[in-house]
Amino acid sequence: MSRIRVLVGTRKGAFILTSDAARRDWQVAGPFFGGWEIFHIAGSPAHPDRLYASQSSSWFGQVIQRSDDGGLSWNPVGNDFTYAGDPGTHLHYDGTPRPWEFKRVWHLEPSPTDPDTVYAGVEDAALFRSTDGGASWHELPALREQQGAAWMPGAGGMCLHTILLDPTNPQRLYVAISAAGAFRSDDGGTSWRPINRGLHSQYIPDPEAEVGHCVHRIAMHPARPETLFMQKHWDVMRSDDAGGSWFEVSGNLPSDFGFAMAVHAHEPDTVYVVPILSDSEHYPPEGKLRVYRSKNGGNDWDALTDGLPQQHCYVNVLRDAMAVDTLPECGVYFGTTGGQVYVSADSGDHWQAIVRDLPAVLSVSVQTLP
Amino acid sequence: MGTQIDPATVRVVLPYPLYTLAQCAAELALAVPRPVTLAGVIDALEAAHPRLIGAVRDRTTGKRRPLVRFYACQDDLSNLAPDAPLPDAVAAGREPLLVVGAIAGG
Repeated sequence: MSRIRVLVGTRKGAFILTSDAARRDWQVAGPFFGGWEIFHIAGSPAHPDRLYASQSSSWFGQVIQRSDDGGLSWNPVGNDFTYAGDPGTHLHYDGTPRPWEFKRVWHLEPSPTDPDTVYAGVEDAALFRSTDGGASWHELPALREQQGAAWMPGAGGMCLHTILLDPTNPQRLYVAISAAGAFRSDDGGTSWRPINRGLHSQYIPDPEAEVGHCVHRIAMHPARPETLFMQKHWDVMRSDDAGGSWFEVSGNLPSDFGFAMAVHAHEPDTVYVVPILSDSEHYPPEGKLRVYRSKNGGNDWDALTDGLPQQHCYVNVLRDAMAVDTLPECGVYFGTTGGQVYVSADSGDHWQAIVRDLPAVLSVSVQTLP
Repeated sequence: MGTQIDPATVRVVLPYPLYTLAQCAAELALAVPRPVTLAGVIDALEAAHPRLIGAVRDRTTGKRRPLVRFYACQDDLSNLAPDAPLPDAVAAGREPLLVVGAIAGG
């Protein structure tokens, strides 16, 4: 019988939530790495008991932890994220050049086929890859050649937060960077191109610039990898040509600002977002925590509220804090800055809190285990 | 023929996040070449506990991480030059070198 393992990264440690396929009764393990920020934990699709965790601290820097037994035990692996060559500069908030400086790993994306290969998206924005289980990391530096000297951090830092690996084409990768935009490689990361045509961002000098857009999240369905969905700083967008062009699908959302986004495991046109009121008011409109679902690829959105607080709720749902399982009845999961992790075992129709009082949730990822 | 000088035995006290990361005792006794300096102590610390590489000082620049402090003999030695001698009491093992996470919060 299938099992579910939810990997939760928080401001003060990691938690692992497990259940059988019914997804009603949950066991909660943790905190692991108590006191440290866990930006992301991800499991290898090729070897599900191989987990990688990004453990970070403003005081003591970056640690990458690895487990080979599903999170029962962990060991630090490599944490040397040295940029390739002379990394040069990007723009600082005040417009002056600033040397590239590694700060932390935001996102880990294990290869779908090789448990020893894993990508890391870091701040200051760059993409690293390990092919030895995290022992050593090597930058794919051509990404920063896409006008990297002109990239300027947003308020949350200049982070590479989204990495998508095309399951049908191992040479194709997508990444997204806050305040820089989305980028695609068709040669395994050797070269890159910006894929931001069609984005319109009033908060940058040229609203239709090739780079500079604050992309918050990109999501893809593995069966239709040329279709991408994007939650931008403002606007929910869609592309049907692998990012070659984008069009807006915000439709009837109460706000098209937000961070998190996910695609249903079995329905490539079913998309989930969590509207957030505005760029300064990082909480749900009207104090109602609502997941919005479109079943036709955007524009037509329905509020999913059953089991979610519908008054006095002022939490945020961060960009890496929403995920789905792959059981026949797709489960949807998200975590909040208020420490709740919610699950819907029926594609979003009904929700329950798995836990309510964790530290602020930074990331949620889900493994469907045999 | 030169005279062999025995290394000093320096006591180092780590904060909770670091001794749990390194899976070691909170207080260590490290063999440090003389003259005893901050750089020498951290070299010895990282050699004995490689999990701490990058946690106390930047692995590229060698600079102290901004929110790490070094205290000893009731003095703040955080901004001491890395190659400056530490107090005799530290070099002699009478006083520990404290590695401290800086106070931060509201």
